[in-house]
Amino acid sequence: MSEKKENTSTEEVNKKKVSAPASSIKVIAREIFKDKVALTAFIVIIAILLFTFGGSLFLNAEKVTETNIIDAYYGWGTNGHLLGTDDGGRDIVKLLIMGGRNSILIGMGVTAICEVVGLVVGLVSGYYGGYIDAIIMRIVDFIQVLPVMPIEIVLVTVIPHYSPLSLVWIISMFGWTGTARYFRAFILSQRGRDYVLASKTSGSSDFKIMFREVLPNITSMIIIDVVIAIASNIGVETTLSFIDYGLPSSVPSLGTLIGFANDPVNVVSRPWLWLPATVMLLAISLSINYVGRALQRAGDARQREN
Amino acid sequence: MWKTVLRRVLIMIPQVIILSILIFFLAKMMPGDPFSGQINPNTDPKQLEALKRAAGLYDPIPVQYGRWVGNLFKGDLGTSYIQHVPVTSLIADRAVNTFWLALLTTTISYGISIPLGITAGRHQDEWQDQAVQIFNYVTFAVPPFVFYILGIWLFGFTLGWFPISGSVSPNASGFWGTLGSQIYHIILPACLVALITTTSIVQYLRTGIVDNKVEDYVRTAHSKGVPENVVFRKHILRNSLLPIASSFGTTITGLLSGSMIVESVFSYPGMGKLFLDSIGQRDYTTLTALILIFGILTLLGNLLSDIIMSIVDPRIRIK
Repeated sequence: MSEKKENTSTEEVNKKKVSAPASSIKVIAREIFKDKVALTAFIVIIAILLFTFGGSLFLNAEKVTETNIIDAYYGWGTNGHLLGTDDGGRDIVKLLIMGGRNSILIGMGVTAICEVVGLVVGLVSGYYGGYIDAIIMRIVDFIQVLPVMPIEIVLVTVIPHYSPLSLVWIISMFGWTGTARYFRAFILSQRGRDYVLASKTSGSSDFKIMFREVLPNITSMIIIDVVIAIASNIGVETTLSFIDYGLPSSVPSLGTLIGFANDPVNVVSRPWLWLPATVMLLAISLSINYVGRALQRAGDARQREN
Repeated sequence: MWKTVLRRVLIMIPQVIILSILIFFLAKMMPGDPFSGQINPNTDPKQLEALKRAAGLYDPIPVQYGRWVGNLFKGDLGTSYIQHVPVTSLIADRAVNTFWLALLTTTISYGISIPLGITAGRHQDEWQDQAVQIFNYVTFAVPPFVFYILGIWLFGFTLGWFPISGSVSPNASGFWGTLGSQIYHIILPACLVALITTTSIVQYLRTGIVDNKVEDYVRTAHSKGVPENVVFRKHILRNSLLPIASSFGTTITGLLSGSMIVESVFSYPGMGKLFLDSIGQRDYTTLTALILIFGILTLLGNLLSDIIMSIVDPRIRIK
């Protein structure tokens, strides 16, 4: 949440600077609209968000996950179920809406935590350097060599009162290190810049320099990282749900739906169970990553202009 | 070079110690104790208490940790709660399968990505490069398990080209028959995993070639009249291969410890499948041992990568 606030506040800052040549957000928007494929990918993302978040407004979560064995395994388009039903007689379209929404929400939640933690750790580590940097980076190194997925699976099974929120924390625990490393590299390159030195000479506090001066300068990097991280975190959640150690079974997820394909019978004779979710996850991953790439190119273009 | 290696090994020691402490506490968090699978409902609770005390389960945590590490050095990873056999023998059987899968995957992966990376780097911004970039973008963006599911659906079930589960056919006989059947079983999973592990290798190679093309030594070679092909082969390519040679260590151990999903999709009896089976049965001794092995493999992979790097690139060795 606070991540979003930071972005909007820098957006406002950028709007205020009318005299500036072109704000990062404007350059990024221009780059996206120039690239027709990126535009298509962007529209796909909007469509999926409308389908999942809009659709879930009209659905009652408890009704969707209610089991009714009599209706189990209807095929495509039978009895008013456009994409059929699953083993518990639940409508696949509704599960897709709820599951898609849950997967995207978890992806966003994990990203929010990882970006904030990674940003703060990266800023502190890169800005201060020396011993602080050395210690922090050893910790980051260590977490990065851990066998993350097995540990996540064990935590999922041993944690008491397990809920979707616990899953967000478990994934975030290991997810922030890449972000921290990424931002640290940028801060290192900013640390010796004139504006930082000038601010330091005039007596600004380290806190102010880091968060009010360096941070706005890396806004476009943050946006790019957030976009790509959302896609990869959706990937982590769906992977865990796919093997049954993600969201609790009562909470629909795209991964759980694709997990129906773990049973050979479903793969061969009931493709409606898992194929729509697979296609949707494909669409989400491909389009978010494409937009991320377009943003990256835009960011590079902006750096070239500077 | 030996100094570099020694230094790297010294850095690894604290990592191994912290890893073992972390896993020890993870194991403590798991419910159950070594007697969980061995008692029957008629066991006297008092006797059980005595057994637990004798086994040191009420000792202070550091003492327990010390004993656990001591056992590790003796090669004793405990006894499986469920299967009632030493965990080491349980894992050893599966590790062989995972090893073959990882080996074939690595071979295919390098076999695909080196030509792709070279093509992309050589024909930078031409159609060949763009095609490789699209391939790379897809393999990077799509979560691996989606590839596995689509692959097994298309090639395993729909076309029926490859077997969909297991590591060897039950009616395979003789050395060559068994070997053939084994290879036949791992070819599809290996290809699918190989496809998604190409991303970073292709990217490193392409970037390396693109960057090296404009280096001074390449211009020198051109101006002294070295043929284009020789410049590419001997000057550009050799330098660009450095980073991917060094990523070999992390690639192979990454595959050894990260084969869970593919082994689950293909019901392949490797370490990853064992891990998922053990967690399903709450077989915590096996789980602890596997996480420890996965962790140590990753550390060894990094070590191997750094050693390869210091062999192929003398510039990074410490004086």
